Amino acid sequence: MKVLKKATAGTMESSDAYIEIEPCDDVEIELSSVVKAQFGDSIIETVKSVLSECGVTGARVKISDRGALDCVLRARVETACLRGKEQ
Amino acid sequence: MRRSMLFLPGNTPNMLINGSALGADAIIFDLEDAVSPTEKDAARILVRNTLKYGDMGRCETIVRVNSIDTDFFKKDIDAVLPEKPNLIMLPKTSCEKDVLTADEYITEVEKKLGFPENTVRLMPLIETALGVENAFEIAAASKRVAAIFLGAEDLTADLRCRRTKEGREIEYARTRLVVAARAAGVDVYDTPFTDVNDDEGIVRDAENAKGLGFTGKASISPRHVEVINAVFSPTQKEIDYAYEVMDAIKLAKEQGRGAIALHGKMVDAPIVLRAQQTIDMAEEMQKR
Repeated sequence: MKVLKKATAGTMESSDAYIEIEPCDDVEIELSSVVKAQFGDSIIETVKSVLSECGVTGARVKISDRGALDCVLRARVETACLRGKEQ
Repeated sequence: MRRSMLFLPGNTPNMLINGSALGADAIIFDLEDAVSPTEKDAARILVRNTLKYGDMGRCETIVRVNSIDTDFFKKDIDAVLPEKPNLIMLPKTSCEKDVLTADEYITEVEKKLGFPENTVRLMPLIETALGVENAFEIAAASKRVAAIFLGAEDLTADLRCRRTKEGREIEYARTRLVVAARAAGVDVYDTPFTDVNDDEGIVRDAENAKGLGFTGKASISPRHVEVINAVFSPTQKEIDYAYEVMDAIKLAKEQGRGAIALHGKMVDAPIVLRAQQTIDMAEEMQKR
């Protein structure tokens, strides 16, 4: 399933993440985070995992991470996916 | 043991993930008033994930869902019930039917999940004049109801009076809820004290609630948690007396005596019951 429209979720507040998602043929992920060097791979793996759980096979996802824990990141990506799939 | 219940806004990660470290006996994840209509979906998923992956320590978890007359109610229940919060707080409960409507849907979802009946309990939030008048039928409406909770902000709006720190305008509601809850055999919780900078006011307000018979009190600020816990905890003197009562009862039983006296006062069934409650609470406090 592909994302149908541009959508956002989350905030730029501490411990949160701001997710922007838009239609794309493949999955493309862009990450900005102060802990990218230490946890970048892990964050991207989490995002891919949530996209897969949501059945999203095509989307461009931009993540602005503000130190979000895994459960917060998962929630924000899932919310963005659901909003992006709404007609 | 649930002396203090701390409200946390459901769409604020930095508060949710630290909630269990703030000293409250229970955390209330708020999906209702603290969340704007456009963010209900995000909050619902965030709270679900916090329940699923977060470390709640010894904190009880309560989710304040949206009221049954909104489109959000069933979505909230669907999202959070699989994570087994201890309680669902049901806002704007005004009559028995409100409880039964919520109970029916929660039962349906529990069955689908394969949970034993009444795994997740209910705490109706009474915050309307009609709700206050129907407090007993609400408290006794279902075995799922574990406690009732007074919400004074909405109630005073409904009563068309000003909410004051002294709280004379809600004295009737407070006493009515305590009597209703005790008659129905459930716990009862007092409304938050909303001035987070009035350190003396919260002590007076909590002591008043304790004196009226409330089980505990909610808070909208972590600053109030310690005071509430202290006010609703038994003192060392009360704990010592409770152990004395239980020792005296044990001795009387061994000696085949019926009525006994302690320090010149008759020890009867209500005193024994209260002593046992005090000991249970003291033992629970030691675990924290």
